[in-house]
Amino acid sequence: MKAFIFLKRLRVVVSLVFLVLIFFLFIDFTNLFSSAIVEGILFFQFVPSFIKFINITGIIVSGYIIVLIFILLFGRVYCSSFCPLGALQDVLSFFSKKFGKKKMFRYSKPYHLPGYSILIITLILLAFGSLLFVNLLDPYSLFGKFISDLARPVYYGVNNLLAFVLEPLEIYTIYPVKLKAYNWISFGFSIFMLFLVIRLSLKKGRLYCNTVCPVGTFFGLISRISVFKIVLDETTCTSCGICGSQCKAECINTLDKTVDFSRCVGCFNCLTVCPGNGVLFKRSWFSKPPDLVKAELNQGNGRRMFLFRSSSFLIGLLSVAGNLSGQIPAKGKKEVVKKYAVTPPGSLNADHFHENCTACHLCVSACPTHVLQPSVTEYGWDGLFQPTMDYNASFCNYECKVCCDICPTGAIMSLPIWQKKRTQLGKATFIKENCIVYTDETACGACSEHCPTKAVNMIFYKGRLTIPEVTDKICIGCGACEYACPTTPLSIYVEGNPVHLLSEKPKEIKSVKPVSPAKDFPF
Amino acid sequence: MKRRDFFKSGFSAGIAASSAIVLGNLEKLFAFPGNNPELPYDLVAVMNGEPEVMFDRAIETLGGMKAFVKPGQKVVVKPNIGWDVTPERAGNTNPRLVKRIIEQCLSAGAKDVYVFDNTCDEWTKCYKTSEIELQAKAAGAKVVPGNTENYYREVEIKNGISLKKAKVHELILDSDVFINVPVLKHHSSAELSMAMKNMMGVVWDRMYWHRHNLHQCIADFATFRKPDLNVIDAYRVMMKNGPRGVSVNDVVLYKTQILSADIVAVDAAAAKVFGSEPSDISYIVKASELGVGTYNLDNLKINRIKL
Repeated sequence: MKAFIFLKRLRVVVSLVFLVLIFFLFIDFTNLFSSAIVEGILFFQFVPSFIKFINITGIIVSGYIIVLIFILLFGRVYCSSFCPLGALQDVLSFFSKKFGKKKMFRYSKPYHLPGYSILIITLILLAFGSLLFVNLLDPYSLFGKFISDLARPVYYGVNNLLAFVLEPLEIYTIYPVKLKAYNWISFGFSIFMLFLVIRLSLKKGRLYCNTVCPVGTFFGLISRISVFKIVLDETTCTSCGICGSQCKAECINTLDKTVDFSRCVGCFNCLTVCPGNGVLFKRSWFSKPPDLVKAELNQGNGRRMFLFRSSSFLIGLLSVAGNLSGQIPAKGKKEVVKKYAVTPPGSLNADHFHENCTACHLCVSACPTHVLQPSVTEYGWDGLFQPTMDYNASFCNYECKVCCDICPTGAIMSLPIWQKKRTQLGKATFIKENCIVYTDETACGACSEHCPTKAVNMIFYKGRLTIPEVTDKICIGCGACEYACPTTPLSIYVEGNPVHLLSEKPKEIKSVKPVSPAKDFPF
Repeated sequence: MKRRDFFKSGFSAGIAASSAIVLGNLEKLFAFPGNNPELPYDLVAVMNGEPEVMFDRAIETLGGMKAFVKPGQKVVVKPNIGWDVTPERAGNTNPRLVKRIIEQCLSAGAKDVYVFDNTCDEWTKCYKTSEIELQAKAAGAKVVPGNTENYYREVEIKNGISLKKAKVHELILDSDVFINVPVLKHHSSAELSMAMKNMMGVVWDRMYWHRHNLHQCIADFATFRKPDLNVIDAYRVMMKNGPRGVSVNDVVLYKTQILSADIVAVDAAAAKVFGSEPSDISYIVKASELGVGTYNLDNLKINRIKL
């Protein structure tokens, strides 16, 4: 019915706005948007908003509450408006329809088992304090990984190409940016999931949202009892099948004139295509939910093989990860063995970070020094892809707290700048046996140069030659020393603090001018 | 023209030309190539003024900026922009001095003036917080990144002992005039950071220097491309905790500036201002041994200006 066309247009506009903005957030390396704008853009993202609400007491209005109210009122409209992964699928199918054959959907029975199993496992893991399934499957975080891992490098490439072209014209406003580290495991996972989402989406519409996505399944439980629902009118519906052929959730059974509203993603396409008044969006508070149909397990050989192969591919990729680390140290030199990986400033402690980070990789994209990189095994398997401070790639800028300000879940809490500058993420550990000053007896001090608090200080060693010395209590674990250290294996590295500490303020003694040049030149 | 005059002038021109060739070669072998013997002074030191005022006075006594920059030339000004710290912290070159040098270059007829550094902290933050980007742009310079390898070309350091090759920023290789504008400060690795140490910001792989005898590499690179003019900013001087510094308490107001075409001499003078002996700074001695310049200030013609 044409009267509903407004609803459809509204959700298209809303979803495109969020898609474009969130996409940009995850490719931008200039921190163009202030933290308040970032917060506004991500306000409605359900999982981050929910976790942030638990984290930060005192939030009165939180995006997730509004989302829940919306779903209770109108069903899973979230999935077709706020969810960037949903919008991505819609855009892909739009272009596939434009350039390929027109896809006709038809009603299919619900596959409840995978969806509910994933949701239950997610919740059980959550109960044990692990966000592994959220890290892997939360649609916002998954979208973030797609963009951060896949689109961002392409964006950097295009940017650098442009910078390269403009450089001879002496235009430096577009400058090259280096991808300082790249996590191939995270890339492998993202490309696998993107492939899965696209394949399911082009073949079976929003099947991913209804069989894999734990957030979608959870919303489905609520939308069963929502106030407004899509219904086929008993009298006006002629069972012509047009709405069913346009339903990407494949949840409209036009023959029986029933709608499985738990699977409906609220795109409103059915409302606009109905030639008559057969499809209605009406209040049905007391209506009986449609009978649940037993899950259909018989998926056919082809699909099973596809799933089997893809999971083997993933397992293979992950096992490669385990073998990537480890180098053989030269004779007489000590290998660096880190007990704890370093979590970003504001993450308070390792547990807080692991229990609240959904691995969306927004901080990875936004970090100006690119020190934040997705982890693989650094935090153990259930911390997969949660970002870690990679001091091989870079080091934490002393005056910067971008990650603290933009984290949408509160896994990285906002800190005042003085506190960030004194938060001890870890402690520098010096290995004399590996140091140039000890092995070659030549000056180096790269570590001490970069240290913002002079926790790494050079003390006299032989004659005028100086060697590093670490003062733990003023070290903040920013990794500047580790990054700057030119030796292999490293002579100085940061051992992470499982619980962040407050370092002491470096002592400040007023410098004085030497007496001689006070009034005259000393030459 | 009389025949005798013709022979006379031709003869003297020949002597001049041949001696120039001989001396030029000798210079390359023994003396201090690039040190400008035509300048009225080997070194100018000035104190008790604001950065702009001191520079104006000092450059004037060297014959003005036109002695260094000819109309239509391409000039690169290389300050120290290594750290994400404010001008008060004196971790970077004074932005007002950078601005005035650029203005002087442009009024001497420079076609373009470029400013860059290969920074230690994240470069956009360094350029901004140091206020050098702001002041350099205000003066009319082009502020160029130095953060990615594509700006650097590999060169051979023929006279280098430890450093045989280096990747050098294209602006240093392609500019007609190179003005080196370091800040005098304490340095945890090199003892003092001055003109020669500032040259580490024109190369890509600094860590090679740290791995292969830092002092020797600093001296080696000074043999490659000597700046046409070195201006050491000692307006504010970081006395300890260098090169980054921890707080403003590390900084003392000196209100001093030292100019010379001799990169070793200018470092020697600055070391003395700091309160150190040039002969104690290994890279100064090593550079002098390589014939880059002299740290014996007694033999130099020095103009000392007290404002």
